[in-house]
Amino acid sequence: MNQYEAWEGFESGTWVKEINVRSFIKHNYTPYDGDEAFLAGPTNATLTLWDQVLELSRQEREAGGVLDMDTKVISTIVSHAPGYLNKDLEQIVGFQTDKPFKRALMPYGGIRMAEKACKDNGYELDPQIKEFFSTHRKTHNAGVFDAYTPEMRACRSSHIITGLPDAYGRGRIIGDYRRVALYGVDRLIEDKIEQKETTRSAMYSEVIRIREELSEQIRALEDLKKMALTYGYDISVPARNTKEAIQWLYFGYLAAVKEQNGAAMSLGRTSTFLDIYSERDLKNGIFTEEELQEMIDHFIMKLRLIKFARTPEYNTLFSGDPQWVTESIGGVAIDGRHMVTKMSYRYLHTLENLGAAPEPNLTVLWSLRLPENFKRFCARISIETSSVQYENDDLMRFHHGDDYAIACCVSSMRIGKEMQFFGARANLAKCLLYAINGGIDEISGKQVGPEYRPITSEYLDYDEVMKRYDAMMQWLAGVYVNTLNIIHYMHDKYCYEKIQMALHDKHVTRWFATGIAGLSVVADSLSAIKYAKVKVIRNEAGLAVDYEVEGDFPKYGNDDDRVDSIAYDVVHLFMEHIRKNHTYRDSIPTTSILTITSNVVYGKATGATPDGRKRGEPFAPGANPMHRRDTHGAVASLASVAKMPFRDAQDGISNTFSIIPGALGKDDQIFAGDIEINFDCTTGACVSPTLFEGLDNQ
Amino acid sequence: MRGYVHSTESFGTVDGPGIRYVVFLQGCPMRCLYCHNPDTWRVGVGRQVDAQEILSEYRKNKAFYSKGGLTVSGGEPLLQIDFLLELFQLAKQEDIHTCIDTSGITFDLTDTVYLQKLDRLMELTDLVMLDIKQIDTDKHKELTGHSNTRVLAFAKYLESKKIPLWIRHVVIDGYTNDPEDLRRLGHFIGSLSNLYALDVLPYHTMGVQKYRELGIPYRLEGVPALPKSDAAEAKKIILNAVIEVRNKK
Repeated sequence: MNQYEAWEGFESGTWVKEINVRSFIKHNYTPYDGDEAFLAGPTNATLTLWDQVLELSRQEREAGGVLDMDTKVISTIVSHAPGYLNKDLEQIVGFQTDKPFKRALMPYGGIRMAEKACKDNGYELDPQIKEFFSTHRKTHNAGVFDAYTPEMRACRSSHIITGLPDAYGRGRIIGDYRRVALYGVDRLIEDKIEQKETTRSAMYSEVIRIREELSEQIRALEDLKKMALTYGYDISVPARNTKEAIQWLYFGYLAAVKEQNGAAMSLGRTSTFLDIYSERDLKNGIFTEEELQEMIDHFIMKLRLIKFARTPEYNTLFSGDPQWVTESIGGVAIDGRHMVTKMSYRYLHTLENLGAAPEPNLTVLWSLRLPENFKRFCARISIETSSVQYENDDLMRFHHGDDYAIACCVSSMRIGKEMQFFGARANLAKCLLYAINGGIDEISGKQVGPEYRPITSEYLDYDEVMKRYDAMMQWLAGVYVNTLNIIHYMHDKYCYEKIQMALHDKHVTRWFATGIAGLSVVADSLSAIKYAKVKVIRNEAGLAVDYEVEGDFPKYGNDDDRVDSIAYDVVHLFMEHIRKNHTYRDSIPTTSILTITSNVVYGKATGATPDGRKRGEPFAPGANPMHRRDTHGAVASLASVAKMPFRDAQDGISNTFSIIPGALGKDDQIFAGDIEINFDCTTGACVSPTLFEGLDNQ
Repeated sequence: MRGYVHSTESFGTVDGPGIRYVVFLQGCPMRCLYCHNPDTWRVGVGRQVDAQEILSEYRKNKAFYSKGGLTVSGGEPLLQIDFLLELFQLAKQEDIHTCIDTSGITFDLTDTVYLQKLDRLMELTDLVMLDIKQIDTDKHKELTGHSNTRVLAFAKYLESKKIPLWIRHVVIDGYTNDPEDLRRLGHFIGSLSNLYALDVLPYHTMGVQKYRELGIPYRLEGVPALPKSDAAEAKKIILNAVIEVRNKK
């Protein structure tokens, strides 16, 4: 068989001549405007498998969170024999280890973390492995600590910079797993060999590094083929139908999660790509709708079972045990067509066939121009399952085109063309306290930041605080960026993402991601200082440890420009300071406001703040307003968040939005039906169909 | 001009069609036993807000309200009719869908000055949500402190003005769930040609805490929240009565 058989019926384009999945999609996909009536329910095989999964999950919970763990075999793409739930029933196969629910051993990020993950879950790491990675093979973690300065260590332990990926995999890289299906691995290897042959011949460190990396990538692709063969599939050639396309693509992803325990291992944007295969198969009578849905259900089931060995501290930081298997769905193409396909529906429909679940993190790239039927469908699925994430495609398309995907929760990147260096976040609320205390940590009393002059007045003066704060932010941005430079240098060196980078172009744009924690605390604190009176309470050592707010002040989250503009300025100022620094590997600095999960931990490590927040109280998540301070309803709250500058926080701005069902309108119908859906308004009053019980119809 | 505002809600989804900006005005003459906003009762207090200011708040996020609009609620919004006139005049200049959520208790056929204002206001109003608390006059008085004569007269007035009308009715066990009362209510509203919708709500106890905070005794202490299904049952009775009237016509 040759590739031309596999590509029979596809319209050709640039994608035939070069590795270019976007071109393939653009030339071949079929936008779908209809509703969800075509969807099929779960098959018996799906229900049987899912019952088995639920039973295993129950056992896992009873065992305290981990059912089985590898303590001897170091996980690689080819380290494990194939694993199955029930080989006869599974349409899509493949597990990270030789059986489901068994967590793999991945020591390259750091041996101590791997050892602790074993120990905390009741397992003992093989002493030989420990010895090997302590004496003979250095890890990412060891490399980082060799290079850290005392100042960086101090910032780390005081939690002004926190959650750093210096002991675990950084993640946030999305391989273009679709390439495996479209081209087959042999073609990808050919391409990589050509890339290696065309590097510059003068051997300076850049060139040497890229040659070494390309060799690693080629080996990883060879391993990928071998791994697939153990499951009985030859993926050296392109996939010939939908089932193969899903399976090939999944093998690509599986190789990545066998190799890396990253903080976010996202899938990409696969639904519309796969839809091209399923449309062809439907047309040719190869598969029925039931069969297609079954494949997708089984594929999603596999994604729900991605698991990593982690420590309780890691789980506290991320509020659970997330994998961030994010899949981006929908959006609009540059040529103006929306990118919703039947496959977009099938993906979301798994939430109905298998029930609600946080993983994979199904993310709808929302645009005003998405078809109405799809919007209604999304609203209904959201209301019923609370499991859908939304991102603003109209905003991101401008920066990333129409073939980007979300890594983790909000980080957008062109698939196979851009990657990111994940950078955790800087605690800007603590930084404000450092500005007031002249660099002394309010909890430990240690001099962590530079010994700038502290503020000694009884009441805080806005201009004085802002001046000090700006200087302290400049210091923080510097030490933060340089810490990350070390981390990413060492990660590339000791824990390189071979297979994921093999599914990227040769020339990759790298985003240098930083992050902000505590934005709403800072905005409200500065607002309190400006519009109310804030009295400082100092301890015997003269350290400001608490604040008394006299009078009221505008609070972020109420669409009030007086305070929203402060939040805006803080983001912009901090980003400007970030930009002043050298960033590793020509990466482009960005920042995010997205502590969706770590706000509790960060709050715990931060003293009382001038907004009246007590020591240890949690921050609000992401760019959210502080709890109970938004008093003007959801639109005003969202409007405040929407003012934050995306140009400065291009790595994403998140808002966690929960609402009690009744508040979405009677029986949730108004909301589900209201998003840009015209009521018949000819009578002068819009008549809502649920309120109006068809009086005249009876 | 300035009105006394209790609060605003930027994401109103139950006070008219679509997503709405809702202005809760301060002050109410009714003393409904089950009122869940006793903090809106007092007249002449609250934040004084300019009509222009409300419009500019609305405008900032008008994209959200493209299928909704502006609702004034309360309190009893019609207590501040001069303010409403100005607010709705401004709103209509921008083609905003306007809705009044009212008890109808301020309606007074003998007050010609008030009626003139009301006539003008109705020209600027797209929808009225009228809360008929009890069809029986005596029970209404017991429940709210006032007779319902004005409320029912207001409904008729709205019919004469052809103002689209949504009726709301809260069902409280022992107070408003007598099937005979519900049938009478159905017969009354069924006779109104401007009736567009009926919203029957189960009584809930979420307001009790506010009474404690305000130090006002809560007179429905011990009356349980009504199950949703009972409200649906009551709605059925009302609707059947509406159909009876319509079939007679």
